[in-house]
Amino acid sequence: MRRAFMALALLAAVGCRKVPSSAPAASAFGVAIVGVSGEKQAAGAGGSVDQPIVAQVNDAQGAGVPGALVEFHGAGGVRFDPPSGLTGSDGQLSATVRLGGAPGRYSLVATTRDKAGKPLVVTFPEIALDYQQTLGRELNEKYCSRCHNSESSAEKVSNHDNLSVPPHAFSDGATLNQIDSANLLAIISHGGAALGKSPEMPPYSPTLSASDVDALAAYIRAIADPPYRPQGVFYANP
Amino acid sequence: MSARGRTRSAGRFLFGGSARSFASLSVVLLAVLAIVPAKDHFREWLRYQNQYQSLIRNRSDGVSLARRFQGGVQQIWLPDLGVVDRCATCHVALKETSLAGIGTEPFLPHSPIPHSLTEFGCVMCHRGQGAATTVSEAHGATPSWEQPILPARYVESSCGQCHERPLTGTPQLNAGRGMLARYGCVRCHKVTSPEGRAMTATDVPPPLVHIAEKTTRDWIFAWIKNPQAYAATATMPNFQLSDEDARDISAFLIGQSTPYPAEANRKTPPVPSQDDAAAVQQGASVYGESFCASCHAMQNAAGMMVGGDIGPELTGVGSKAKPEWLAEWLNDPKVYDPDTAMPHYRFETKDIGLIMGFLESRTESDSLSNVHLDPATPAQIAHGKSLVNERGCAACHTFNGVAHPDNFAPELTAVGSLHLAKIVFAPGMPHTLPDYISAKIRKPRSFGNALKMPQFTFSDSQVDALVTALLAQTSRAKTLPAALRIPAAPPSTYRPAGRAGALMNDLRCFSCHTIDARGGDMAPDLTWEGSSVQRSWLVNFLKRPNTLRPALIRRMPKFNFTDEEASVLADYIMTAYQTPEFDRDQIDASKFSAADAANGKDLYYGKYACESCHILDPNKDKGYIGPTLTQAGLRLNAAWIFHWLKNAQALRPGTLELNWNMNDDDARAITAFLMQQKAASKEGASR
Repeated sequence: MRRAFMALALLAAVGCRKVPSSAPAASAFGVAIVGVSGEKQAAGAGGSVDQPIVAQVNDAQGAGVPGALVEFHGAGGVRFDPPSGLTGSDGQLSATVRLGGAPGRYSLVATTRDKAGKPLVVTFPEIALDYQQTLGRELNEKYCSRCHNSESSAEKVSNHDNLSVPPHAFSDGATLNQIDSANLLAIISHGGAALGKSPEMPPYSPTLSASDVDALAAYIRAIADPPYRPQGVFYANP
Repeated sequence: MSARGRTRSAGRFLFGGSARSFASLSVVLLAVLAIVPAKDHFREWLRYQNQYQSLIRNRSDGVSLARRFQGGVQQIWLPDLGVVDRCATCHVALKETSLAGIGTEPFLPHSPIPHSLTEFGCVMCHRGQGAATTVSEAHGATPSWEQPILPARYVESSCGQCHERPLTGTPQLNAGRGMLARYGCVRCHKVTSPEGRAMTATDVPPPLVHIAEKTTRDWIFAWIKNPQAYAATATMPNFQLSDEDARDISAFLIGQSTPYPAEANRKTPPVPSQDDAAAVQQGASVYGESFCASCHAMQNAAGMMVGGDIGPELTGVGSKAKPEWLAEWLNDPKVYDPDTAMPHYRFETKDIGLIMGFLESRTESDSLSNVHLDPATPAQIAHGKSLVNERGCAACHTFNGVAHPDNFAPELTAVGSLHLAKIVFAPGMPHTLPDYISAKIRKPRSFGNALKMPQFTFSDSQVDALVTALLAQTSRAKTLPAALRIPAAPPSTYRPAGRAGALMNDLRCFSCHTIDARGGDMAPDLTWEGSSVQRSWLVNFLKRPNTLRPALIRRMPKFNFTDEEASVLADYIMTAYQTPEFDRDQIDASKFSAADAANGKDLYYGKYACESCHILDPNKDKGYIGPTLTQAGLRLNAAWIFHWLKNAQALRPGTLELNWNMNDDDARAITAFLMQQKAASKEGASR
């Protein structure tokens, strides 16, 4: 997976050079660029992520710099709208993102330059889901997110805080990556009690079919942060 | 020596005798024969196969990868499906999952899908020219093959060729199909499924035959000029009418309007003064208590849209609806619109006045501020009528004197296989079918100002969803073997009969509840409600619906039934809506022992941790996904609880309750425990 990242990053670097310079000229320069929002979203392969990505160019005091040029790049067919532009009065530039057609992790890059012309970079990791992972996401929405997602809204009230053992967020890779795949499938299928964990996690077999449980596990792996790296596979040479 | 002389001497050198001729021809022949293997050697796919072999050579699993690798042209031939695919010639690692994230295209394994690659081939889902063995011909459009690779974001459309029934794993396709019905697309465009069933619309555009009773010409003018200026969530598209056309259509709409039928039960309360802040506040309370927000959205003071989307947004309704009309509507909506989804609340006259006062106070002035219309002339009215005919308004709305147009817009049944040669592309746009459909939806008038299709307000993902649903409408879908087809459930024709049936129609139960596969999905499925609940509880609930699910903001409204009405409905539900799977009297709750219940309590809080989702003891339990069980013993039937615990999914498919697959002893014990729960009901629980 790390090699894929490097390959994507390399491609991004190559891609940078090909971008036609139709971008407007910067009227101001900052000393740093930060990601404001929009990172770590998941969408179907080739689809648009829900929220735009927002980058902010800052001056030495950490205040937004209006009029700085920001360019967005991404390998593997990622499209940005707009692909580049000048930051607004708050020092921010936002772009809607359409991910590439191949499922996997994408590393989107927002670049600006300081006064000396040195590039400043911030990355937005995003995730493109394949069919199985999309199925997992849909099942998660219906069955799991009520408890596993602690974010509450009027339309969808979270049950997370009502449980004595707080469930893990599915993106909690630090914890869930430690659970091997057989155990992950077993917890979903047979519930927490069967594995000596909290009975508040109910058994989802036979409500969900084996392939549905596989899909949920695939989704959990896909959105893990930090990314999930399967154990036991070592390659001498790519 | 001249040039001719040089040629002649060269000719003499090569063909100067039979031996020389023979030698020269042999050399030529050899060269010609070498062309074929040389051409073969430089084939694109061979280069990819060589690249693949060097990719896997140094891997630890290289030996097994190499053993599974087959060189040469690889072909999938599926005569039944009309598929000849050679994609695997270059995409050599489609089944090598160990290469996920390692290789790059064309050496990536296929992501997991429920179908076998060899049984379905590639072009069924991805399109492109399967038989081609070069990248440009296989992926791109050529003069003899119009179908390039389908962009990944539309790939769910291919599932829709066979899957007419919604699939959990294709949210985009499902959303697109929902939109075709919800936004009225299928009212103008005919869309037929492969088995020949026409898609039907699910929106309820109001009839306009009494429009003058409801609103003013000024408001109509502003609305048809730009519906979204009045309400951001309006589903009516923008027809981009000129001021003159909007003036004439509004003139015609008022002109053709007839008064209410004389026999209508008119009960108009006095219009309360809008300056009476206390009355408006009271009206807001009645609006809230009647759960109008379950269906209608309204922008609150903070600018947030709150409420459902079954009925129209009411943020600025005071600028639209005349108070007298609003009173009539609240009294009985069916008089104005016989097909409305809105139930007939049995409001008291006082409450009608209060809600009316509240709604009339909700005005918006922006869209009406610049409207100044002179009185309509007969010529304007006549022109308005011809515009209504021309624009196909009657495809959605009913008018006096305008017939419903059939097949007003091009049929879209096979739009997913439209030939590019038949498409007139707008200048500068990519010549592909998805781009064409997408551009048509985004900005129909970019193809010409004379086009009739209106401008919708869709987000990018909504357009993607619509394009996906339309691309699923292929001509291939019709020729596929019937065994592959997963037809949609046939539309339910269920209609309850008799006095209760008439009541249920009056109350529009089906706007929210499903019974026998007919109805909405906002409220619980009532198909087996008669097996589920106790009659005494049901009568009480109908008269005073209290909240069963604390986390829900959409709730059953209070319809203000008479005792007789509640009793008729309860009798019908208890009799007609019983499952044949078990006898509702098979478990006698009075025979449970205290030990059974104690055992059940242990299981409830221990093994099954039911309190994670249900509140049984309000002082202790916190879970609020499932319904509250404080009164389970008064509300539910014992046999229902028992079978529900064993397999709820069989009783109500798709319910959030799991199929616990519980053994009889555990199910009996928990049933005993739940039947003990008879907490006194709290007055005003619904507030």
